[in-house]
Amino acid sequence: MSNALIEYITIFVLAAFVGIEVISKVPTILHTPLMSGSNAIHGIILVGAIAVEANAHGALQLTLGLIAVVLATINVVGGFVVTDRMLEMFKARRPVEEKQD
Amino acid sequence: MHKYLLVGTSGLTQAEGVHLAYLVASVLFILGLKQLSSPKGARKGNITAAVGMVIALGTGLVGLHPSSTKIILIVAGVAFGLVVGTVSARKVKMTAMPQMVAAFNGVGGGAAALVSVEEYARLIAHSSQAVVFVLTVVFSVVIGCVSFAGSVLAFLKLQELMTGRPVTYPGQQVVNALIVVAILAIAVFLIGFGTSVALVVVLLALALVLGVAFVLPIGGADMPVVISMLNAFTGLAVAATGFVLGNTVLIVGGTLVGASGTLLTKMMGDSMGRSLGNVLFAAVGKVTSSTGASTGEGETRSVRTGTADDIGVMLAYSHKVIIVPGYGLAVAQAQHAARELASALEKRGVEVSYAIHPVAGRMPGHMNVLLAEADVPYEQLKEMDEINDQFKLADAVLVVGANDVVNPSARNSPSSPIYGMPILNADQAKNIVFMKRSMRPGFAGVDNDLMFDPKTIMLFGDAKDSLNKLVAAVKAA
Repeated sequence: MSNALIEYITIFVLAAFVGIEVISKVPTILHTPLMSGSNAIHGIILVGAIAVEANAHGALQLTLGLIAVVLATINVVGGFVVTDRMLEMFKARRPVEEKQD
Repeated sequence: MHKYLLVGTSGLTQAEGVHLAYLVASVLFILGLKQLSSPKGARKGNITAAVGMVIALGTGLVGLHPSSTKIILIVAGVAFGLVVGTVSARKVKMTAMPQMVAAFNGVGGGAAALVSVEEYARLIAHSSQAVVFVLTVVFSVVIGCVSFAGSVLAFLKLQELMTGRPVTYPGQQVVNALIVVAILAIAVFLIGFGTSVALVVVLLALALVLGVAFVLPIGGADMPVVISMLNAFTGLAVAATGFVLGNTVLIVGGTLVGASGTLLTKMMGDSMGRSLGNVLFAAVGKVTSSTGASTGEGETRSVRTGTADDIGVMLAYSHKVIIVPGYGLAVAQAQHAARELASALEKRGVEVSYAIHPVAGRMPGHMNVLLAEADVPYEQLKEMDEINDQFKLADAVLVVGANDVVNPSARNSPSSPIYGMPILNADQAKNIVFMKRSMRPGFAGVDNDLMFDPKTIMLFGDAKDSLNKLVAAVKAA
């Protein structure tokens, strides 16, 4: 195995543990926003889509690469925007005036 | 020969700079996920992750030297995606969120598959590639396409463009198994024996069919769990594409989503009282085992249970909460704890009232006395007639030690012993929290359908104890 491959596998395994650990305490009401937020993060595929489009040869590869760029952009942008809308409702609600009782 | 990214500094090469920037982006992704899993920081977490994304995307451009035609194509593609993504995310109704998430997830999976196919087609033309390269191409194509097609189907079901009911047919399992076998056969050939772009395209098509076949038998109610799983799938497909391209930030981002998404899927299933296996294969199994009872639901009913922490957070972010106290509250001497919970909620701006059923407690008015004793303001105590049409406006109803007074069978089922008794319309609230000492599933006493309502969360334990935990959870939220 090449050094690069070992490096990638290391990163993969460590990231897997971090991914599990980092969300292990999420309350139920945040399940959907968290799913949506992580959904936006895998839009990182846009980096790959742009790279293959930049290296593409011929009309077919250019077309497929372009489709990939469009799809990945929708994933990133839509993902973050829709998550933000969901989380708007978690804005700190202004507490009512303290009652003296 | 190195190109220096930062001229005049201690010699950071361009490649090193790219790696460091990817590391920063990765850290921001992790911090973002961390913040997203607590109500206080959730919105910030989304922005943190978005900043990471911008950094990663900017870094990804370094070292690319596309022709001007390609630059135009890429800019146009990004601009188009930006408009479609933003507009659809902004316009979608809050009720349609799940299918929107499914759609955004699906396009990510599709992109991952396309990127891998492209890279395979480009590199395989020059020379044969290492086994790991082909393996990860195959993986990301299959998983990415399953996620894409599955998400499209989930979208159609939730958007009610097709039936939301499970679609089953005889021999479904056989058909699905055949698709899987065909995919595996092609995968083995590509990895071990030959190179063929055409076969990769066939693989892609078969995986699309598998994605459809896989989601067809799953009902609309289970769709959130399925979407979460497909989200994890896309993450893994993106990670595999990271291996294909040798890009670390793709590996980190994809794996984070793959791992956290898998755990999240399990947690979502748990909170619905469904195991993942049950969600995925229950309907398929139904075709073969037709020995079920005529009532259908009866045997497999399960209740959702929640933790005090979860429920406390849910209450804290509600607008309107109604507490239904019953005799159990009095027995546990929990009226002071109930009062404390109400105060904690009011401090956060939540509107709290108590719904007093005529027979709550031991005698009419009993409950009012008990609560008055605990300094509950009189105006918060509502009689049944006064509050019964308020339940549908409530975000949450907290049933504390009451049972029959919220049992919908008094309304719906003439065979029930309590049929005809006026009840509190707790079942109309958006969420119902049922606090009870204990309940064995399938308990054969006076069955309360409300406990099996999908909107209901059970919180087991002593009423006073549970209320105190809720107070702590609300204060911490």
